[in-house]
Order: sequence, then structure tokens, then C-alpha cells
Amino acid sequence: MLRIRLVELKIEELYPQDEMKTPIHLCIGQEAVAAGVCANLNKDDYVFSTHRGHGHYLAKGGSLKAMIAELYGRETGCTKGRGGSMHLIDTSVGFMGCSSIVGGNIPIATGAALSSVLCEHDKVSVVFFGDAATEEGILYESMNFAAFKKLPVIYVCENNFYSVYSHQSARQANDHIHMRPKAFDIPSYQIDGANVAEVYLNSKKAIVDARSGKGPSFLECKVYRWRAHSGPGDPLKEAYRKKDEWKKWMKKDPLKDFENILVKESIITDKEIKNINEKIDKDILEAFEFAKSSPFPDKGELMKYLFR
Amino acid sequence: MPWTKILIEKQEPDFDEHPGQQLRKLTVSEAIRETLDQALARDKQVFIMGQGVDDPAGMFGMTLELHKKYGNERVFDTPLSENALTGVAIGAAVTGMRPIYFHNRPDFLMLAMDQIVNHASKLSYMFAGNARVPLVIVAVIGRGWGSGAQHSQSLHGLFMHVPGLRLVMPSTAYDAKGLLVSGIVDDNPVIFIEHRWLFKHKSHVPEELYAIPFGKGLIRRKGKDITIVGVSYMVIEALRAAEELQKDGYDVEVIDPRTLIPLDEQIILDSVKKTGHLVIVDTDWKRCGAASEIASMVAQKGLSYLKAPIKIIAWPDIPVPSSNILEEAFYPSKDNIIRAAKEVLNK
Repeated sequence: MLRIRLVELKIEELYPQDEMKTPIHLCIGQEAVAAGVCANLNKDDYVFSTHRGHGHYLAKGGSLKAMIAELYGRETGCTKGRGGSMHLIDTSVGFMGCSSIVGGNIPIATGAALSSVLCEHDKVSVVFFGDAATEEGILYESMNFAAFKKLPVIYVCENNFYSVYSHQSARQANDHIHMRPKAFDIPSYQIDGANVAEVYLNSKKAIVDARSGKGPSFLECKVYRWRAHSGPGDPLKEAYRKKDEWKKWMKKDPLKDFENILVKESIITDKEIKNINEKIDKDILEAFEFAKSSPFPDKGELMKYLFR
Repeated sequence: MPWTKILIEKQEPDFDEHPGQQLRKLTVSEAIRETLDQALARDKQVFIMGQGVDDPAGMFGMTLELHKKYGNERVFDTPLSENALTGVAIGAAVTGMRPIYFHNRPDFLMLAMDQIVNHASKLSYMFAGNARVPLVIVAVIGRGWGSGAQHSQSLHGLFMHVPGLRLVMPSTAYDAKGLLVSGIVDDNPVIFIEHRWLFKHKSHVPEELYAIPFGKGLIRRKGKDITIVGVSYMVIEALRAAEELQKDGYDVEVIDPRTLIPLDEQIILDSVKKTGHLVIVDTDWKRCGAASEIASMVAQKGLSYLKAPIKIIAWPDIPVPSSNILEEAFYPSKDNIIRAAKEVLNK
């Protein structure tokens, strides 16, 4: 969680230098969902994500260096400059890629779960998506099939209330996202996505259920997008967000709240926190140095990778 | 559906690759069923999905009773959720399986365009080879008997436009088997479009598995005066036209590209170099279609070979009508090809 936050803050800080020539979709404020869910997964479980995928990639164990190099469009990037920020992948840790088509990865994750059943192994498949993906028909098509086949897939909706600048109330007949999977008899939970312990415990149940053949589950995690849809900061914040909503959510910080609990319960000391911060800062520094010193892709290889 | 049987028998093509030889002959659907049977037996990663693949009609016979032999886990009916189920097939493919997804009609693939165009075709490139999509999508053009605007389309021009897809359009049972094998083995998404009117056509099909490489066209008939390139069922119409043109003293060469992506450009260019005349015949609209693409390729790479302008015989740019009288007016046949060939030859 801390790693995700610090990486995102560094990207945000350096983005105005115009060297990362790729649209960024920061997940600051939403880190607890990625961290809480992925903490329950094995390395070879599958995770699928979205355009806002930095946190999911890192939480599943994706290479930080390859991610930053990708943002800088380098040959050492996780997709060698072909995919950019919205299309991260690291199959070596089961992070199976991002789709920047809203809802696009929902059926693909469902298909990975079908593979698991057909091959009789116990891998589960997790797909992250936002509230706007619940407006896409493909979610309901996928849930019907997953429920029908009892597939080991966990649908994780990060409801951050906004699709670009449009609030959920401007797009949906009601805000009961978690009620909709119940029409397919899919167990569904509405949870505080800013509370990492709550995310961890609920996703643990969903993942254990999936692994033991009980079929899919759905988690609606209410979170808040602290930044704009894309790019650093949120320059139009006051023009589209409600002030009381903003204030209410800003009182919560998934990171600080959890840190306070850990300190209060004497699970971690201030010194340990400092050490963790320093270690992460060092990793980040190395990753950015690695990225900036890496070669760009060879223009002569423009056509490479179209086919396997 | 009894009507299709009648219609197809009326349309039984005369063409036979091996006249007079006592070789085993199969229809296209028999050849495909045999291929699927052999693929399922050989490769545990192969599975078959699609609306009605385990029903008593078995997808025009192509998948008939395979579920009884291999179980409903590997041969399964699907909900009518073409977009999601295409995504499901992609997800299975990127995690190691080799799905084959059957559709009755190309028309229904329009419901799956997001997953085909935005996902299947993109993953290899977008992820720099870190994902592969060994997926075959099969659909059967449903021409005739008033099937009309939404059950007769071919639409392969749309797929030909998209980088990252293979596009296969077999015209014989022999090719259907060999190209399907290549499609199953290929690590890329393959759109495999068949034509209902070829389904009773018999040709020699070896029993053992064999693969026809993509991008290898075939000279179906050798000639020196004019080249006719046919796509899918129009190969048969082109061969019929060639027979009649022969009677008038014109020696026609008929080329069957067999796959449109990759396209065997060389076989077409070599033929045009020899004949100097070209007619292209397609089962799709002309505008931005496969025929126009082939014409453009020849114009760019072989203009100096041409002794007369290229002619394209394709669908008029309107939806497919239903009444059989209007169908007659809509669909080009051997007569249109003969007329076009004579126009080109007498320029």
C-alpha cells in the first residue's frame, strides 16, 4: 500500500517534466483495494486490471523497474514501449494485463477462471474494474456465465464514484452496485475500500470460496479517487466534486489509518516505518534511474509482436 | 432446416479437385467435424464452445455429437452473450487453452467486435508478445432463402481491416480441414469464415491431420488470358464462369487466396503478370472490402502488368434483400463474371 502510494506520488511529481509521454491514471486514495485483495493471492493466481492499473500491478508483485521504464517508453518496459501506462503486464507474477476499454477485462478474467476449471488446477482469477464498468452489458454477460459454470473468479469493483467528471448519480438508476450480482445468485459484499483490513478479510472469503469450487463472488469497494481521472493533481476539482463529499473522504486515508492502527497495537514501531519508507524510496529512485538510462525501442522493430 | 438442404443441393458445385480418382471424399462439415474430433483427441488444451454446438443439429454437422465423446466440459453450449463469451475464450487462450468458438453467422460477430478488435487482435502487440491468443472463431455465411439483411452478411472486409487477426476463407473441404488445423495450431486469433453454399461440396480429404500454411494461395485452374481471383464460394462461381469462357476461346486462370490475412500477393501478381487481365470476385461489399484491397495491391505492385482496368464483382452497397427475385438481382453469379471478364478482355 505504501509502495503504491509512494510510486504514484513520484510519478505525479515528475510527470510535468514531460518525459513520461503516456496518459497516467493515478490510484492515490484507492491503494487499499489492490493491496488488501492481492495479499490473499498466490503468485500464480491471475489478476486482470484496467487503465488505472499501477496499484494492481504492484500489489501482485509486478516489476517496479519494468513499470517505470514502460512509462518512459523504453525497451526495458514491461511491454517494451508498446503498451504504455494503461497496458501493464507481468505474467511472471500472474498479472495478466490491463485493458483500457471499460469492462474489457471482465470476460477475459472469467475465461482465465474457465481455464482453471478445465485444467483442474486451483488458480483463482481476480478482475478489478471501476463503477462505470457496471454500466457495461459485458459485466452482466460475464457474471451470468461465471455463476452458471461456478467459475473461480472474483469481481472487484472499485467504486470511486466518478467516471472522468461524471458522478455515479448522473449515470446510474441507483447506487446499489452490490445488489446487482445477487440477481445471478453471486455472493456480493459492499465494503469500505479505504479500510485495508476490511478489504483483506472480505476478499479472503471470496478467494477461499472460489478456490474451493463455490464459484464467483463480487466485492463493491467504496473508495475515493483523490486525483483527476488522468494526469497529476485535480485542477477542476471544485467544478465537479461536491465539497462535503470531498471533505468527508479526505478525513479517511487508507494508508495513515492503517498505520495508526499498527502503531497503536504495537505491531510496528516508528523506526520500522521509517526503514520501510527508506527502502521503498531507494527502490523508486533506482527504478527511475533504470528507466531514464534505458534505451528506447528500435524504430526498426515497429512491426514486431503483431503476431506470435 | 430442410430449406437449406434443398437450396444447397441445387447449388452443388461441379468443381472437383481430383476427378476420376477413387479417393475418400468428404463434405466441408464432415471434414471440419473430423478435424475437431482429431484435435480434441490430440490436444487437451482444445475445447469447443458456441450456441448449439451440442444440439441435435450440431452446428450444421460440424460439431455433431462431439460432446458425447469428449464431455460437456470441452464441448459446451454458450449463452447468447457473444461479446463476453469471446472475452471468455480470449481469457482461456491467454492462460494456455486453444478455444474454438462457433457462430451460426458472421452477423452475430458484430456483437463481439469489442473483444475481437479491441482485445484479441491487440494483446500480442500491446503486451510485446507477453500474451498470446490461440483462438479460432468460426462463422458461416448464411446466403439465400430470404435470410435477408441480418442473416446473410459476410463482413470479412471489416476483419481484414484490423491488424493482428488471421482471416481464413476456405472454399473446399480439403482446405477447410487443412486451414482449420493451421488455425488451431496458430498462436494468434483466427477468424474462420465459411460459406453455407459450400457445405455439400465434396472433395478429397485425407484422414490424417494436415495443415495448410496461411498465406499460400492456390491456382484452381490454369490459364493464360485472364486472372479471376475468387473469395470463398465465389471461387466455385469463377470456375463455372471459366468453363463457359473456355467455350468462347478464353483461357482463364482462377486463383483462390484461401486466406485473406495473410494474403498471398505473389501468386496473384505472378498470374496477372502472365495474363495482363484481372477480375476479382467477392462475397462481400465492394467498398473498402477484400476485393478492393486486392485491386489496390495489384495497382500498387503490378500496374505495369495490366492491359486493361481491373474489374470487381462484389455486392452492391446495400443491405442484403430478402425476396428471391431481389436476391437474384443482388448476388453476382457466373454470368456477371463472364460479362466482366469479356469486358476486361475486349478493352
